[in-house]
Amino acid sequence: MLQVQELKKLFGDFKAVSSANLTVEKGQLVAVIGPNGAGKTTLFNLITGQLKPDSGRIVFNDENISNLPPYEICRKGIARSFQIANIFPRLSVFRNVQVSVLSQQKLSNRLFRPARNMAADETNRILESVGLLDRKLDVAGSLSHGDKRTLEIAIALGNEPELLILDEPTAGMSPEETAATMSLIRKLADEQGLTILFCEHDMEVVFNVAQSIMVMQQGRTIVQDKPEDVRQNIEVQDAYLGGA
Amino acid sequence: MFGDMVRRKSLGTGVALFIVLLIAPLIIPKFYIYILAVIFATALLAMSLNLVVGHGGLFQFHHAAFYGVGAYTAGLILAKTSWPWWIGFMAGPIIAALTGLVIGMFCVRLNRLYFGMLQISLGSLIWAIAFRWYDLTGGDDGIHGIPMPEFISSLKSSYYFVLIILGVCLILMYLIIKSPFGTTLQAIRDNPERCAAVGINVRRHQLMGIVVATFFAGLAGVLFVTVEGSVFPDLLFWVLSLEIFIMCLLGGWFTFGGPILGAAIIVSLRTFVGTYTEYWTLILGIILILLIFFLPEGIMGYNFVEKFSFRSKRTSASRVE
Repeated sequence: MLQVQELKKLFGDFKAVSSANLTVEKGQLVAVIGPNGAGKTTLFNLITGQLKPDSGRIVFNDENISNLPPYEICRKGIARSFQIANIFPRLSVFRNVQVSVLSQQKLSNRLFRPARNMAADETNRILESVGLLDRKLDVAGSLSHGDKRTLEIAIALGNEPELLILDEPTAGMSPEETAATMSLIRKLADEQGLTILFCEHDMEVVFNVAQSIMVMQQGRTIVQDKPEDVRQNIEVQDAYLGGA
Repeated sequence: MFGDMVRRKSLGTGVALFIVLLIAPLIIPKFYIYILAVIFATALLAMSLNLVVGHGGLFQFHHAAFYGVGAYTAGLILAKTSWPWWIGFMAGPIIAALTGLVIGMFCVRLNRLYFGMLQISLGSLIWAIAFRWYDLTGGDDGIHGIPMPEFISSLKSSYYFVLIILGVCLILMYLIIKSPFGTTLQAIRDNPERCAAVGINVRRHQLMGIVVATFFAGLAGVLFVTVEGSVFPDLLFWVLSLEIFIMCLLGGWFTFGGPILGAAIIVSLRTFVGTYTEYWTLILGIILILLIFFLPEGIMGYNFVEKFSFRSKRTSASRVE
């Protein structure tokens, strides 16, 4: 479904991503791991168009999407969450998700009909599936950190994506929140058959959940394989697991 | 529900105010009728600015340019052609919106401050045309004694005309702000990056916002011509842009009716303080400083915030519709 080939991105002289390779098959739950500064977030920003690659190809459903702007990539079926909670703080929780549902249903340009009840069923369904329905009238900025991150995922779901990309969905979360978020991700993958690509620090979490793991170091893809095989991989152990 | 109550209450206030304004000309002296009518035109202008600034988060720094374009278009057509009056009245907002489209196309490519700076320069260009093209626009004299159609030629009838148009426009703007388009515009204000990531073409949406806002600004210009019967380059001078910016700030960026209140205050002050001192702009500057320090969310915004924190103490979280 998604192939990333020899992707490269420089910031000045600094090679944020020097050679990234990644394959995501339909229905898979794929994780990207690597130490801080390995280029995980840059890779995700390249895939979803926030950054333009210097070279390499990103192919989604047999189409090269390397140089498309973010909104077009989203319309092709890739939605994402961000590492820092990236929501609409002044709007209500409901509106946050509604904005993306309206965009998905191509209603964003309607001028004179009230938006209040538009796409409400779909929005409520999404809020229910992530467990935020009872907070729907709260100002998004007033949510706890964990709930903001969950709202992030809900906004991405509003686009009915084929591929959902989550940039460190559990960053800064308590152990309980982390567990809840991971079970949500699993639920989305199992129940809705979503293809999910995410990156994560917590190794435990990754090896438990992911069906395929890509390891990055200093902007380079070291290996992508099944969790057991990645664990075996000596090179990975040196780079990331500290020889353990 | 709380939100419904507030909405009903403010709708009630609006209707009551409208009725008072309908009756007012029967009682008050001519001069005040004129001031009120100018306030209406300016209020529409400030409301249109707030559409893109308060709700859209754009640095629309030279909004008066579009007001002036609307006023000049209507004025020129009425004064220099024999076309029916309604063509002039329609052409005002349409030409203003087209100008908004052209200038906007350049501006939305830039970010924030650069957007604002480019707009000031392009807007000043329009001002320079109005100021310099003596044969067409009358230069710094402007055009006076613009003939009005019979039914709005008296002060009272033009007052009612302006009031009704303002009322209709307010309803339209309210609908726009509450529509999916308006909701999306506010979401872009809060977080353009996120909007792009949910499939919204941010620039195109902002450009649409500018076109809508400049349309209303042009219409406000036409209303001014209706009241004043003349046009002059000050209508599109950058000082006016600053003034309407302050109106929005004074009334409250994030409220619907705030700019109307701001327009009423500033126009009244300008009129009455202006008769006592030449240093009106000095007072304007002091108002601006005080505002930024003590009322950053404006008069109506201040109330709003207070209500909010009061509620949130009791319910532990603030809620909005």
